[in-house]
Amino acid sequence: MSSSDSTPKLYKAREPIFPRRVSGVFRNLKWIIMILTLGVYYVSPWLRFDRGPKLPDQAILVDMANRRFFFFWIEIWPHEFYFIAGLLIMAGLGLFLFTSAAGRVWCGYACPQTVWTDLYILVERWIEGDRNARLRLHRQKKLDFRKARLRVTKWIVWLLIGLATGGAWVFYFTDAPTLLVDLVTGNAHPVAYGTMAVLTATTFFFGGFAREQICIYACPWPRIQSAMMDEDTLVVGYRHWRGEPREKHRKGIDTSGLGDCIDCMACVNVCPVGIDIRDGQQLECITCGLCIDACDDVMEKIGKPRGLIDYMALTDEPREIAGHAPKPIWKHILRPRTIMYTGIWSLVGFGLLFALFIQPDIDMTVAPVRNPTYVMLSDGSIRNIYDVRLRNKHGEDRPFQISATGSDDLLVDIEGGTDQTVLVPADGTKLQRVYVIAPAKSGPATSDRTPFTMWVTDTTNDDRASTETVFNGKGN
Amino acid sequence: MSKKQDKTEVETTGHSWDGIEEYNNPLPRWWLWTFYLCIVWAIGYSIAYPAWPLVKGATTGLLGYSTRAEVAKDIQTFDEMNAAIDAELAAANVADILPNTPLGDYATNAGAAVFRANCSQCHGSGAAGNVGYPNLLDNDWLWGGSVDEIAYSIQHGIRNETDDARYSEMPRFGVDEILEPEQIDQVVEFVLQLSGSEFDAALATEGAVVFEENCAACHAEDGTGDRDFGAPNLADAIWLYGGDRETIHESVSEARFGVMPAWGQRLTQAEVNAAAVYVHTRGGGE
Repeated sequence: MSSSDSTPKLYKAREPIFPRRVSGVFRNLKWIIMILTLGVYYVSPWLRFDRGPKLPDQAILVDMANRRFFFFWIEIWPHEFYFIAGLLIMAGLGLFLFTSAAGRVWCGYACPQTVWTDLYILVERWIEGDRNARLRLHRQKKLDFRKARLRVTKWIVWLLIGLATGGAWVFYFTDAPTLLVDLVTGNAHPVAYGTMAVLTATTFFFGGFAREQICIYACPWPRIQSAMMDEDTLVVGYRHWRGEPREKHRKGIDTSGLGDCIDCMACVNVCPVGIDIRDGQQLECITCGLCIDACDDVMEKIGKPRGLIDYMALTDEPREIAGHAPKPIWKHILRPRTIMYTGIWSLVGFGLLFALFIQPDIDMTVAPVRNPTYVMLSDGSIRNIYDVRLRNKHGEDRPFQISATGSDDLLVDIEGGTDQTVLVPADGTKLQRVYVIAPAKSGPATSDRTPFTMWVTDTTNDDRASTETVFNGKGN
Repeated sequence: MSKKQDKTEVETTGHSWDGIEEYNNPLPRWWLWTFYLCIVWAIGYSIAYPAWPLVKGATTGLLGYSTRAEVAKDIQTFDEMNAAIDAELAAANVADILPNTPLGDYATNAGAAVFRANCSQCHGSGAAGNVGYPNLLDNDWLWGGSVDEIAYSIQHGIRNETDDARYSEMPRFGVDEILEPEQIDQVVEFVLQLSGSEFDAALATEGAVVFEENCAACHAEDGTGDRDFGAPNLADAIWLYGGDRETIHESVSEARFGVMPAWGQRLTQAEVNAAAVYVHTRGGGE
């Protein structure tokens, strides 16, 4: 094909791919994962969870306006963002683990691009028929009524799925039933319509037309993955030592010298990224396993053992060519690298769980006012000022009392309150100006810095939280 | 789309250097279209929005967008949102503005902004004052520390040319030769005694007589001052100009004349009230 006298092409049109229907273990697994992931995605915003009258009753809610994230009984405030960071770290480590163990298993089964493309191909098959019918429709140059009807029907269903996708997304950010009514009656915020429009368009385009182009050209994850794979990582491979030489079994030919592969192209026809797995490892392969299903089906029909195309590791090739028995899958997966990833992953998980359980319902941040560091009062006593941010995570207003321990000479007073007590609004914060006073000539007043502990106590149930801080005296 | 049987043979560009051949992995064509689309978009964008720099300013764009106008619109939006509570604040009796109410919180926050823009130059950004400019965080007030008195001080100012300004004037006991130099030395020792500093007992005894005859009318016999005249309390730990011997001597001899503008002439009633509430809630409010 290489020729030195013809100018090579710089750009290449996409080759259309028409994956054939297939059934089998991995296809079923993909159906189940599709139902689970899409089900969770579409249904979650509609789950309710009672949190009392002053808080939203949506089980999963990202409340941007009030800076709250609700997940059933868990409520995360901006200062607890480390929970999200921790979950993202777990997600990252989880991807490392799955990638080093089973290669591009995320790409093949769980990636939204794969799941929605799979769904769009399913719709395409329902409306336009299986591979051969779609191929015929594609090659038919003339746009007759039938072709137009099929195309338009398909696009409308795709658009509806896209709309549902974008619609489900916006429901996570505000009360879903209210928003649905607003969306239908035209009263929703333009941002909601805009977000839905963008997500509808991207879903329609990525799932319907771009498909594997996203994986090959747009997605960085496959490039990163290759750094996490090694020779024991599971990939989809073709046992060429068993299959070759391949030959179609026509009547009257001698099949004794031939391999198991009958060159039926089943593995190629079902491939959603349009490659021939028999060519070896290719960057396009998302290891969805559909070619395994297709080949196993054929092998069964011609009475040959399954597994001509199979999940295997690169180390299997020399071992099996040398005539050894295949190594069990679990021996590939269980190795120091994956065990280490699992360990770190669990460690972060337990840490987050622990943090979640000790997470207090009241909290404070103390910011000593440094401008000025202290104030002298008329009787010579020294006063420090603290801006204290009080946080009340309960569903009702709570009285919080401020106190100090660590030095008997320090007296506490607050601005605009009595008994050092202030009412903090339900599920809210209050910035309170707190005064700490040391009498004239007392220890803290005459020394430079006196560490002490500031406490906040919920007077209804005696819950407490504390912060270490410092009292600045005037020095000697 | 039948697959080529010998796919293992990859197309090359035909270029060869020292036997090394270059694979031809062409870009997808849609990528090229995306690139062209970006160019078209950029052209449209630069026509619709301000883009090309000119000698003075830049092209304004067909949509007439400007960040400055956007800011002005935002400010107007906030002003409109605050109009009702601002009117409420202007009409309110400052003493009735309670803490931890929407009006109180609004007044405190608005007052902070007024203070930073107008008051911090003399009283400091933290309201801790400076030499000659009172510290507003402590509990020592020259003219009164209730929110009403603070509002009056802000509204009409101190010792300025307006009719309603708070006014008083301390005689220049030394410069105008009202007191003999030794009498000034004596009264300075007495003032040091009043405030609990180290003092010369013999001079202070003489100074007590001088004080009673010349100073007590405004600063009171016990030196605790009189807010009607803005006469400072001399018996506490706080000094506006300094509590050392030399500074007190200077204060007695040359007198002090601290001035503050009548802010009512520059600020709206709502801003004056807000500043009063803010100052009152800094820790010394009475």
